[in-house]
Amino acid sequence: MRDAWLVAGKDLRIEFRSRVAVNQVIPFAAAVILLFGLALGPSRQVLAPASAGLFWVAVLLSSVLVTQRSFAVEASDGARDALRLSGLDPAGIFLGKALAVAVELLALEALLTFGVAVLYGARLTGALVLFAACVAATVGLAAVGIVYGAVASGLRVRETLLPLLFLPVAAPVLLGATKAWDEALKGTPSGGLGWLSLLAVFAVLYVAIGTVAFGPLLEES
Amino acid sequence: MAPAVSLREAVALAGHFPLLSGASLEIEEGEVVHLRGPNGAGKTSLLRMLCGLVALHSGSAVVLGHDLALDRRGARRSVGLLGHQSFLYDELTVEENLRYSLRAFGVDPLRAGVAAERLGLGGRLASTQVLKLSAGQRRRTALALLVARDPRLWLLDEPHAGLDQEGRDLLDEIVSESRSDGRTVLLSSHEHERAAPLCDRVIWLAGGRVVKEPVVVA
Repeated sequence: MRDAWLVAGKDLRIEFRSRVAVNQVIPFAAAVILLFGLALGPSRQVLAPASAGLFWVAVLLSSVLVTQRSFAVEASDGARDALRLSGLDPAGIFLGKALAVAVELLALEALLTFGVAVLYGARLTGALVLFAACVAATVGLAAVGIVYGAVASGLRVRETLLPLLFLPVAAPVLLGATKAWDEALKGTPSGGLGWLSLLAVFAVLYVAIGTVAFGPLLEES
Repeated sequence: MAPAVSLREAVALAGHFPLLSGASLEIEEGEVVHLRGPNGAGKTSLLRMLCGLVALHSGSAVVLGHDLALDRRGARRSVGLLGHQSFLYDELTVEENLRYSLRAFGVDPLRAGVAAERLGLGGRLASTQVLKLSAGQRRRTALALLVARDPRLWLLDEPHAGLDQEGRDLLDEIVSESRSDGRTVLLSSHEHERAAPLCDRVIWLAGGRVVKEPVVVA
């Protein structure tokens, strides 16, 4: 875990300095939920029931940007080679990069939650389920993102390839998180517990796969 | 004593393109060797293979007792590369880059300050983001990392490039010290007059192989 903390600390420090998340990802996510609002019309009777799905689509699309950014910092000045040369445990690199992405996504989700409450009129009931779904889904998205980010990072077409690889695999997370949030927002949070379990299984599975696969992917891609 | 570097018919490929096509050489521990050859001879590829960045396709390659076919990560911990790129993060400061990399290699990060001072990167420069540095200062930062790490095998790819006269003299001094400390150094350079006094011998490369005589390019 020493290596994971080291890499996560480095990635978060770089993000803090570059402010890409603040200046680009947050405005992008805000634009997505605004555009959904425009597309579906101003009626809160339409928007509020769709809040969960719209929120998670916005998170999913934003997570592509956050993941791309996580590997873009490794592409400059041969830093990716430095990562390979460093002798850091590849599993530690994976966990560190996933942790940094997860922290950024959780911060984004907190802001977007406020956004859907204000713009869509979503009533934030079942806070515990909402929070647990955010944590489990974010871990899953971050893990999948880092695995496919490593696959795409060595290729010239990485910007367009990453969404193609990432979005289908992340679909179960989108589904589970939307359902869990939907139940919570409807005021029946216990109905979301099954979906929460599914999200937790995906999170554990994706983290386990990433921990094992990241080393070979970093070497070969 | 086992040689620091031993290659037998080493082949490395980029896709189907041969980077090394059967290179064989031996370098004893403590030797300082000048790699020479025309552009495309395989000097950079050889250095990148020795630090485990380029995979060995066939033949054998042993670096400091680590077989590169089986244990590239083991070799990397004992090898330091000063390549064409600086391997630095633009948003981090000089000191943060050095401390991060030293921690990654399991080296005391406090050595960063001494190395930065040595390379003329102390004071305000140490807390300057790398993206604000000149090319020469970036090169000095990369060299400072190598000095702080003090690996057993130094791989220097055109190390004088981008450095001013003072930086070049400092680099020569550092290589001489490494030699005195028993480190093994492979130095690829087109600046023969500069590199020759630092080195024990010359290895010539051409077409991805070690050759006995220099190849004259028409």
